[in-house]
Amino acid sequence: MSSNIRIISRLDIKGENLIKGIHLEGLKIVGDPNEYAQKYYNDGVDEIIYMDSVASLYGRNNLLDIVRKTVKHIYIPITIGGGIRSTDDVELLLRNGAEKVAIGTAATINPDLITDVSKKFGSQCMVLSIEAKLIDNSWMVFIENGRKNTGMDVLEWAMRGEKLHAGEILLTSIDKEGTNKGFDYNLIETVSTNVSIPVIASGGMGSTDHFLKVVQESSADAVAMADVLHFNKLSISDIRNNAEENNLNVRSYDK
Amino acid sequence: MINKKIGIIDYGASNIFNLVNAFEYLNVNVKVIDEPHDMSEITHLVLPGVGAFENGMNSLKNKNLTDLILGHVEKELPFLGICLGMQMMLSESYEFGSHSGLNIINGKIKKIPNINNDGARHKIPHIGWNAINISSNNFLKKSIVNDAVDNQAMYFVHSYMAHTDEKNILATCNYNNIIIPSIISSNNIFGCQFHPEKSGEKGLSILMNFINL
Repeated sequence: MSSNIRIISRLDIKGENLIKGIHLEGLKIVGDPNEYAQKYYNDGVDEIIYMDSVASLYGRNNLLDIVRKTVKHIYIPITIGGGIRSTDDVELLLRNGAEKVAIGTAATINPDLITDVSKKFGSQCMVLSIEAKLIDNSWMVFIENGRKNTGMDVLEWAMRGEKLHAGEILLTSIDKEGTNKGFDYNLIETVSTNVSIPVIASGGMGSTDHFLKVVQESSADAVAMADVLHFNKLSISDIRNNAEENNLNVRSYDK
Repeated sequence: MINKKIGIIDYGASNIFNLVNAFEYLNVNVKVIDEPHDMSEITHLVLPGVGAFENGMNSLKNKNLTDLILGHVEKELPFLGICLGMQMMLSESYEFGSHSGLNIINGKIKKIPNINNDGARHKIPHIGWNAINISSNNFLKKSIVNDAVDNQAMYFVHSYMAHTDEKNILATCNYNNIIIPSIISSNNIFGCQFHPEKSGEKGLSILMNFINL
């Protein structure tokens, strides 16, 4: 049997709130992240990603409080991203309940951070977060929540990230993010078929068909979704049932 | 509170918080052990771990924790290794060179083949939820597994796997037709390749079974 495709709920956080935007901008408040995370856990989601849009690791009302609260009740893997700059930051998050960290901006500035994190904590917790935007027919790596073009090519960066011992790639299409119009299928396929580490597709999930297509045609290993869940357009069980009906392996979940 | 005390070995780069949380959620006393410690009150010992094998073993040695682990095992008290903690229970690992383990169970740790038995490439690490299959002769013994967790998906994340005698393998999973030892055991000693503390309610029930040993 082939491995189970992971269903991941992505919660973008600002301060103490769950937020949602389009193309990673125009953010609006959705609610209390813990309530949403708890609901997805009860519904049988496979993993949770918290992305902190203001990188408040050391601020007040910070991300650590939210994480600590979440992991008191939720016993599945939680990935934290946003503002992680050093192995000390990683250690702080791991010791407060994170299972993995997603690093984007800091890795583009200092690629050796990927290796340092993998060596110290294992590559399984080093998720390379790549935010991609199509510019003149090339996917470019953007940082700072999609505001700044690094000039780096997405596929080259993904392959380099693998060589530097990233354990997974969280690949977000800025163009599709928040639109519910489907993933950037070419982007996901291009990266997923050229690296040998798992790729999490992110940005654009709006229907169960999108889920099937990004797995079957683009070879995504896991699928992250946000507002389609936050706004009750789909439930985790809708996605799981549809996947099973289409002979796609997902975790069977009976509570 | 359950009248038992779980010792959790903390040697640095491992995620103690979630494990402590999980045991507290299950209503049992926990003692985090990060230096040589009086073990008389510890009824059950857990060796967690993420990261590289060599780092893990060096940290255990530098913190003088190996004797305490081996002492607990010699007393035949319940012991559970998780992920890297399970791997370190074996004799030897070939992760980045060759390194000796705790040798609690005879066996070796080797990389998961990146080409499966059908000749197809697949992705490493093995990350995600995969159902464990319990070998049928193991239901009779008092153990960390029971009917309720057979064929239930658990959360795995690893690039290396155990090679040990069939008799030491309590449960396996199938990753693209590679059979991966998922629980190893010998008497009161258990090792889980997956993370029971991250495997939802079914994973927690494995920890509960461990407490009840």
